[in-house]
Amino acid sequence: MPEVINADGTIRQDNWVVVPRPEDGESLDIPTDRPALIPADLWLAGYEHFAGNERIGVWFDSHDEPEIIADKVNELPLIGVNFPRFVDGRGYSIARLLRERFGYRNELRAIGDVLLDQLQFMKRCGFDTYALRPDKDINHAATCLNFFSQGYQAATDTDLPLFRRRVG
Amino acid sequence: MYVYDEHDRQMAAERVAQFRDQTRRALAGELSEEEFLPLRLQNGLYVQRHAPMLRICVPYGMLGSGQLRRLARITRDYDKGYAHFTTRQNVQLNWPALEDVPDILADLAEVEMHANQTSGNCIRNTTTDQFSGVQADEITDPRPYCEIIRQWSTFHPEFAFLPRKFKVAVNASEKTDRAAIRIHDIGLQIVRNDAGELGFRVHVGGGLGRTPMVGPVIREFLPELDLLTYLEAVLRVYNRYGRRDNKFKARIKILVKALTPEGFAEKVEAEWAHIKDSPTRLTPEAIERMKGFFTEPPYEALDNATDLLARQRFENRGFDQWLSHNVDVHKKPGYAIVTLTLKKTGTPPGDVTDQQLEQIADLADEYSFGEVRVTHHQNVVLADVRQDRLLELWQAITPMGFGTANLNTLTDIICCPGGDYCALANAKSIPVAEAIQRRFDDLDYLYDLGNIDLNISGCMNACGHHHVGNIGVLGVDKKGEEFYQVSLGGSSHHDADIGKILGPSFAREDMPEVIAKIIDVYVDHRTEEEEFLDTYRRLGIKPFKERVYA
Repeated sequence: MPEVINADGTIRQDNWVVVPRPEDGESLDIPTDRPALIPADLWLAGYEHFAGNERIGVWFDSHDEPEIIADKVNELPLIGVNFPRFVDGRGYSIARLLRERFGYRNELRAIGDVLLDQLQFMKRCGFDTYALRPDKDINHAATCLNFFSQGYQAATDTDLPLFRRRVG
Repeated sequence: MYVYDEHDRQMAAERVAQFRDQTRRALAGELSEEEFLPLRLQNGLYVQRHAPMLRICVPYGMLGSGQLRRLARITRDYDKGYAHFTTRQNVQLNWPALEDVPDILADLAEVEMHANQTSGNCIRNTTTDQFSGVQADEITDPRPYCEIIRQWSTFHPEFAFLPRKFKVAVNASEKTDRAAIRIHDIGLQIVRNDAGELGFRVHVGGGLGRTPMVGPVIREFLPELDLLTYLEAVLRVYNRYGRRDNKFKARIKILVKALTPEGFAEKVEAEWAHIKDSPTRLTPEAIERMKGFFTEPPYEALDNATDLLARQRFENRGFDQWLSHNVDVHKKPGYAIVTLTLKKTGTPPGDVTDQQLEQIADLADEYSFGEVRVTHHQNVVLADVRQDRLLELWQAITPMGFGTANLNTLTDIICCPGGDYCALANAKSIPVAEAIQRRFDDLDYLYDLGNIDLNISGCMNACGHHHVGNIGVLGVDKKGEEFYQVSLGGSSHHDADIGKILGPSFAREDMPEVIAKIIDVYVDHRTEEEEFLDTYRRLGIKPFKERVYA
């Protein structure tokens, strides 16, 4: 079973699978034996069918707009945000919108080209699990999640930017 | 000057430890070159023609004498005893070894310096007017806001992987713009509204490079407390919608153009409406606290030394010239702003040796409360010099090579490192600058020509700001040979404009003559009160074209 990293750096087994967007003319291939993340717009299109299913979550690609499910986020047990390439930083904004604007409270997972040196940024933007690219050393994740003991800004992880902490 | 507290020190130390770990993994092959690239860039490290190049941040151009001495030591310990002041108020080393960089960063951190975000697709060093805090006509000192922006942008978790680099500049003077805010991704002009409240006029989408643009105004008045939330809204819109499919169309200016400035502004306002009252909103206390770091040095109560200076000028023509060109009016009676020019003919513009760095540090301690400012014209400013010590200072700096009295003249050239150092360059730029400086070596003639910005870039990336030079020179590659394209009419000041290309490019050896012909047209046609740019704007490009290609 694949492993995912938790925000505290611990590792856990996890069997959620990411279902890719089907080609034109093909239908969504949802496994029956494992919980699955499906493209968010397809979940919305089949909302009557999928709603309330604890074994179905959604994923966003980096160019997708999380606004489409703004009022439904907490109906989902798990949301994935894909980083097609680690240098594509749109996923950080998507994560903050899901958490801070739409109030998403369940698990938010970074998927795709997820490397070690971006983990702490992801954590600060509200991701709480990370599907590290398999060739990377998962045992180094705890270090990389905690390079910094604090940040200058407010983000999903804190409402107190340093300038507010300094003046009390 | 800003002073680190325990929070800043801790994060600086953690940053060094992080980069040490990343460098170790890169050298061990655990990080591919592609994966290491943005990490090293965001620590200032490029891989260049001869060796890595390390760009060290000088936040909004401020340096203390202790920092200058540390830089000197670093250039000796890890490099060849040279440093280069850049066109964005930073400092570059040209020959450090990759494995030494974590140690260099640790040495820098000890004196509250760093190389964070001096490269890469992230928010870069915020720049401002080198005369901040000492000029009479500024609305307020912009440096506290620059430092607030520096802290907000440092390791910002959402904006570390933008479509492209992102540069912010702040200007506070009503009459001048030495920070070139209209050619920045975000240009902030400090203003007061009709009610007398402080705020910013926000320009977004200026820039040079392949598609030079003057940044349009997207908000006429942004209250000061809203600074960071609004920046966050602009950056979020850019991060989400800026193009990522083509590196040459990825700057925010392309997005602003595609959406139109009005359309872009609407998107920003809509985003901002959600976050304007978030915890990122500044507090009056936070601004006051920051202002406390940029207070006046202990000036003495002096009168202007008008008679003394008049006598000294009369007795010494060289001093007279220097005073006219390299010394500016200070807000305090009895003080003056001195620019040390790093434009001596035969030395690449902006280059200094380790020894010169130490000399500048000594000068700062002796004459200017231990601080200097780096300018985007690649010079260094002593901002607080007593007028009655100007002659003594001039005598001290002349043998050091800082006294060339050519500030703002044709030979005060902005020039990128070019093909001699930079891997991106199409052509060399330093020899062109030198040849032009040699051709125009008569100071009286230069003074007669007045203020002319001559800017040279070795490639389209425009580090030498050629588009906004009154005369711009761009190195181009034609089938493996270096040629130079000339443009006229650019400006980086309040009347910012992008220069027009004169015509087909020239061989390097022809460049001094081409510049001379352009200058001749100006001299033939100018009226008494006109500067070069005025004459150009009145005549248009045609007479210049006719003379140069005759």
